[in-house]
Amino acid sequence: MSRVDVRKTHKLFIGGAFPRSESGRTYEVTDAKGEFIANVAQASRKDARDAVLAARAAFAKWSTATAYNRGQVLYRIAEVMEGRREQLVHDVAQAEGLSSRKAAQQVDASIDRWVWYAGWADKYAQAIGNTNPVAGPFFNFSIPEATGVVAAVAPQDSSILGLTSVIAPIVMTGNAVIVMPSPSAPIPAITLAECLATSDVPGGVVNILTGAPAEVMPWLAEHADVNALDLTGIVDEAVAADLERQAAGTVKRVRQAKPHANWDATPTLSRIRSFTEIKTVWHPLGL
Amino acid sequence: MTFEYAPAPESRSVVDIDASYGLFINGEFVDPFDGQHFKTINPATEEVLSEVAEAGQADVDAAVAAARRAYDKTWSKMSGKDRAKYIFRMARLIQERSRELAVLETLDNGKPIRESRDVDLPLVAAHFFYHAGWADKLEFAGYGPNPKPLGVAAQVIPWNFPLLMLAWKIAPALACGNTVVLKPAETTPLTALAFADICQQADLPPGVVNIVTGAGDTGRMLVEHPDVNKVAFTGSTEVGKAIQRAVAGTNKKLTLELGGKAANIVFDDAPIDQAIEGIVNGIYFNQGHVCCAGSRLLLQESIADEAIDSLKRRLQTLRLGDPLDKNTDIGAINSSMQLAKIEELTKSGEDEGAERWSPECPIPDKGFWFPPTVFTNVTQAHRIAREEIFGPVLSVLTFRTPEEAVEKANNTPFGLSTGIWTEKGSRILWMANKVRSGIVWANTFNRFDPTSPFGGYKESGFGREGGVQGLGAYLHVEDPS
Repeated sequence: MSRVDVRKTHKLFIGGAFPRSESGRTYEVTDAKGEFIANVAQASRKDARDAVLAARAAFAKWSTATAYNRGQVLYRIAEVMEGRREQLVHDVAQAEGLSSRKAAQQVDASIDRWVWYAGWADKYAQAIGNTNPVAGPFFNFSIPEATGVVAAVAPQDSSILGLTSVIAPIVMTGNAVIVMPSPSAPIPAITLAECLATSDVPGGVVNILTGAPAEVMPWLAEHADVNALDLTGIVDEAVAADLERQAAGTVKRVRQAKPHANWDATPTLSRIRSFTEIKTVWHPLGL
Repeated sequence: MTFEYAPAPESRSVVDIDASYGLFINGEFVDPFDGQHFKTINPATEEVLSEVAEAGQADVDAAVAAARRAYDKTWSKMSGKDRAKYIFRMARLIQERSRELAVLETLDNGKPIRESRDVDLPLVAAHFFYHAGWADKLEFAGYGPNPKPLGVAAQVIPWNFPLLMLAWKIAPALACGNTVVLKPAETTPLTALAFADICQQADLPPGVVNIVTGAGDTGRMLVEHPDVNKVAFTGSTEVGKAIQRAVAGTNKKLTLELGGKAANIVFDDAPIDQAIEGIVNGIYFNQGHVCCAGSRLLLQESIADEAIDSLKRRLQTLRLGDPLDKNTDIGAINSSMQLAKIEELTKSGEDEGAERWSPECPIPDKGFWFPPTVFTNVTQAHRIAREEIFGPVLSVLTFRTPEEAVEKANNTPFGLSTGIWTEKGSRILWMANKVRSGIVWANTFNRFDPTSPFGGYKESGFGREGGVQGLGAYLHVEDPS
């Protein structure tokens, strides 16, 4: 007789821990053919608020870590994912209905993207910051700093590469993120959470809420302790517009929805710019 | 000790104000469709200076259509080199007419001629000069090999630095290849209309710059217009939020430069005389009508009494009065509405238990005036420590440790600017790192330069104006993801 396998309970990822939804709710996730895969936690408003607390607490230390340190931590994520490559390929193939070969391409590109952004950590300030030749006896420089706590919606149709492409640039610069992965294909995100938990990412820097973005995101769009929204994965234009309106209440930065982006292309600096603030410092010159 | 000064008024004869102005659309002045006008006054005398048109929907439509035509037919097709030369021309014309523009600004706004002449106008010209040079070098700005303009920019500006805010908006927009419809503030339209004349003198192609005067409704029609691609607003956080709501769900690119409640932090080792000058400049410059004003003074406890005494001594030498007098330090409050707001907030300061002080200061009989004011015994819960007053009113708080200073400085939804005064270099950089604001002035305050990006964190807005970062607000950058 073959061995009865041990199956996993799929939970949220908040503050470095894996809690069930406070609401006790789960929803059924199926593969591309409609076969049952798992019951996945369905995040609630309370879970979102807990995630904001965890993210804000993590932000202070993560945003002031050295760029070299953040680069190494991101590189470590790639290392851990490489070790879990088989599981990720299986998850992505099942979630997106891809062949193993195509799923492997997505996973490899995702690992490579973490490496790409890891390398940016100690360079982006040189690419988008500078000194300014002001007309007077002053030394003046402009540097990018992390915006703060970002609430993001990952693409619906790219369960690992799209997800990675959204969160890597956010956390690379020192932000903390609360991300909602694709509701129909959340399993790769949960596996990614396990990679993050066993790499050196401080708890709370990445928080993953499985569930319905249309239900949870409005609470995050109105939350006064969230600084920015990344609506990349929102498909419904009316939902996106509502979230943008809600964001105005506390002047949040908003990156607009782009549900069908080309995730295979090499990224630009655009996502890095979206979630950093330019700080300009003046000091007089003189004896 | 009081010094007697003979009056030294700047001559008004250099300006020639028309009795009435139309709207500047498609390169010429036109009457508004429904013929509505409103008066603009000198806030120092309440004298009516002129009547300006109040643009309605049909006028805004015409201005946006003119900007669109100019964008499609002329400006977006012109080489960067030629765009640059038009903007250089404008910079030179501003320099040539800077005395006239300074007097006009002071008449319409109420700010001292010393400031409009020595701060506003030189910066206006510098802003055009700086951006002119970018027009044919955008591929080197770090936004990819082929950055494109956005199209038509809708720009709404405030009354505190009327011509300077116009320059901050129009110069980068044109350099990046956009065309513009700009609405100046209701109470300060005259220098924008003089700028329209400069556009004509520069032979700028018709429709590249359009200026529609009016109040909040005109601004709303402009930013909500479906055919604008970019909205840039400087003003109150309240209106900024309304604009962000209004453009939600559209493809309009938005930048907001909103209010502030800056902490000006003085440590016990600061050069105290320089710090006092910086505090005075920080909050009494331009009657405190400055979004980045150092309105919360944070004094280290050990020097608080001494610093407050020095500050009060210094404030007794400030001269309030005729803005056209070259000796004047404090001019008129821009409008009766703003004066009422300052009075309401300062009254709340007294009601909530803070201690109010102003130097002896004769107030002219006519016009809108408010003496330089200091509140001590202020707590973080007081409205005068939380809300933007936008007047010559300083709230003084104290702290013991650098950590406490950071905590208090960041305890606000705003994040525009911060001042730090200390002789210790490592402490300056440590503080500069910790405060959440877009500008940090260390051992100085209220410095501006076209090469230096300006803008806020948090509810002080987003996007930058000036510098290479400011160009990003007016460029479309291809991005696959």
